[in-house]
Amino acid sequence: MSPMTPADTEERRHWMAVLARASADEIAGLLASLPSLPAPERLRAPETGLVMVRGRAGGDGGPFNLGEMTVTRCSVRLGEAVGHAYVAGRDKRQAELAALLDAALQDPARRAALMEGVIAPLAAGQQAARDAEARKAAATRVDFFAMQTTR
Amino acid sequence: MYVAVKGGERAISAAHAWLEETRRGDPAVPELTIAQIEQQMPLAVDRVMAEGSCHDRFLAALAIKQAKGDLIEAAFLLRAYRTTLPRFGASEPLDTTRMRLRRRISATYKDLPGGQVLGPTFDYTHRLLDFALAAEGEDRAVAPEMPAPAAEVPRVTELLAREGLMQREALAEEEPGDLTRQPLAFPAERPVRLQNLARGDEGFLLALGYSTQRGYGNAHPFVGEIRVGHVTVEFTPPELGFPIELGEIGITECQMVNQFKGSRTEPAQFTRGYGLVFGHGERRAMAMSLVDRGLRARELGEDITAPAQDEEFVLYHSDNIEATGFVEHLKLPHYVDFQSELENLRSIRRTAEAALPEAAE
Repeated sequence: MSPMTPADTEERRHWMAVLARASADEIAGLLASLPSLPAPERLRAPETGLVMVRGRAGGDGGPFNLGEMTVTRCSVRLGEAVGHAYVAGRDKRQAELAALLDAALQDPARRAALMEGVIAPLAAGQQAARDAEARKAAATRVDFFAMQTTR
Repeated sequence: MYVAVKGGERAISAAHAWLEETRRGDPAVPELTIAQIEQQMPLAVDRVMAEGSCHDRFLAALAIKQAKGDLIEAAFLLRAYRTTLPRFGASEPLDTTRMRLRRRISATYKDLPGGQVLGPTFDYTHRLLDFALAAEGEDRAVAPEMPAPAAEVPRVTELLAREGLMQREALAEEEPGDLTRQPLAFPAERPVRLQNLARGDEGFLLALGYSTQRGYGNAHPFVGEIRVGHVTVEFTPPELGFPIELGEIGITECQMVNQFKGSRTEPAQFTRGYGLVFGHGERRAMAMSLVDRGLRARELGEDITAPAQDEEFVLYHSDNIEATGFVEHLKLPHYVDFQSELENLRSIRRTAEAALPEAAE
């Protein structure tokens, strides 16, 4: 397989970010309607651990350790590609599916179908949830002009 | 000193069984699920994650159930659990300017870029008990929606800093100290202080923050900004070499703006107290930012006169897991210690009685 270009890396970051926010059931549900992927070789079985979350003093100063979060990781091999997953939480099935997809998506022959059949619908669902929350926040935005007119 | 005493096994086992029974309560009442606690007591979950210093909503909810709602016990359970997990590394520092905001308010500017967004707040509620909530199966409340502008939401502190009126943070990219790896040492640098405060007991932080407002520490704080929402966490796995998103976590940030009279090298300006906590924890983030500013007295050359400015006092007593361990260990058998105290007291009495026979009745 050819080496990853910066554009490839950006695309990979995108699908990994989408998979990290998707539940195992959502991923499996979308995969079920596509031709099944070959069974991958497990390089690192799903494992739950911690990542220390860092903030910055004053928001934009030097880093400090805020506290930890649970993260589950998994690595698999599919043909020449090695797929990795690091996902928030403790769902081992999600991490394994995310690693499998990360490997499969690196294969140009499979990429388009998986992007269209799995990543795009997951991303659209996630965006819709974010948009709905943003609209609820917008409804609680204070309009001070209304106060001035009643003075 | 306390000594191991044998013979309590049967009693302990019966006590545990009774604890289980009381945790369940009346079996005629349906049992709580973890999902119910996570969804319907989200602020309790947030507090346990913050004080347990581990972001995992399910684990925090499970801990609350196991602890029968004792949130310090629940934080203790979460801290104990985290010691069983390997550490994969540290995240990239969070970028809170890119938060997905549910709430963003400023008490210093009425009109500011990005606006005042109230979010799901108790602030304007009447604090009257709502008996409608006691009637289950009521219609579900639905939050209204409005078109969301894609507006920039700059930091209030940055607006002031651009005018030269707000002290900028030192941009040191040093590896911050980590209290889970190294014990506290003094003087404690700001990263370690912030880590300590972020997981400190909310009641302790609140009381100390309050004390700075009441004159113990000469603070004149304004809420520059409070942000509540979700932030993406990025982590660079060594096998990839580039940062990837792990997901999002809930977070609350408070920027407290404080006067600084200036020094020989710096003009009079505003300085920051900073609060950042897991989940929706406004009171905690505000209290943290007040205490953070108090503890900056040494670095800013201010007189250290109040408890909230004394870093040994604050940092050694903020952790409720340590505090509860030391206070509650007094329940353990101290029979030998106490016998010795008793013997000592009797001996003092005998000596005093022998010296002053006329005073004895």
